Amino acid sequence: MLRMTTDAIDPDVLRRELFDPAAGGYCAFEGWVRNENEGHEVLRLEYEGYEPVAVAEGRTILAEAAEKFPYLSAHCVHRTGMLEIGDCAVWVGVASAHRDEAFKACRYIIDELKHRLPIWKKEHYTNGDSGWVSCERCAEHAHG
Amino acid sequence: MKTITVRYFAMFREHAGIEEETLSLDAATAADVFEHTRSRHRSSEPAGHCKVAINDEMADWASPVRDGDTVLLFPPVAGG
Repeated sequence: MLRMTTDAIDPDVLRRELFDPAAGGYCAFEGWVRNENEGHEVLRLEYEGYEPVAVAEGRTILAEAAEKFPYLSAHCVHRTGMLEIGDCAVWVGVASAHRDEAFKACRYIIDELKHRLPIWKKEHYTNGDSGWVSCERCAEHAHG
Repeated sequence: MKTITVRYFAMFREHAGIEEETLSLDAATAADVFEHTRSRHRSSEPAGHCKVAINDEMADWASPVRDGDTVLLFPPVAGG
């Protein structure tokens, strides 16, 4: 399942929710707010998302990952609102019987989330300017 | 003409200055709605760089729009 939250993400709590006696391993990805993007010094990031579609699309992505790399359980949490440098913006965790599925499913889920979910981020720069970030992969894959 | 509610997100909302509006449009597809509202969302992007949902379900630009539909215009996304 995927959910969105305005609260701080606590990876330890989320990790425990994935525990399963049949799991031999677990893989997680945390996306953090970075202080630089394309030469601009970033002060903070503002995330906006549209939850009804994001949750539905997240469910589809997790199902696709399960089909490709059968895992036992997977969760994803995406934060919205104003985030500071070092904050966790997105967390993906996958538990599986063997490590290979956990690594691959985790990678698939984060890659797909980044270019399919209706979530946008606005960078606030140290010079007072701000700007919306475009997804490079979307532009690369776009046509028309 | 169809009555279509159009919702703008992120930079589109900022450009339009409103979150949503209900318009009477001569539109057959989601792409038509995008083009008809270009003066609002002021996107210089081709529709293919953006995404669209109809009534809270992801759709294609070629998806037909019906009278009473709500069309959600998503600028290029960048989660994570």
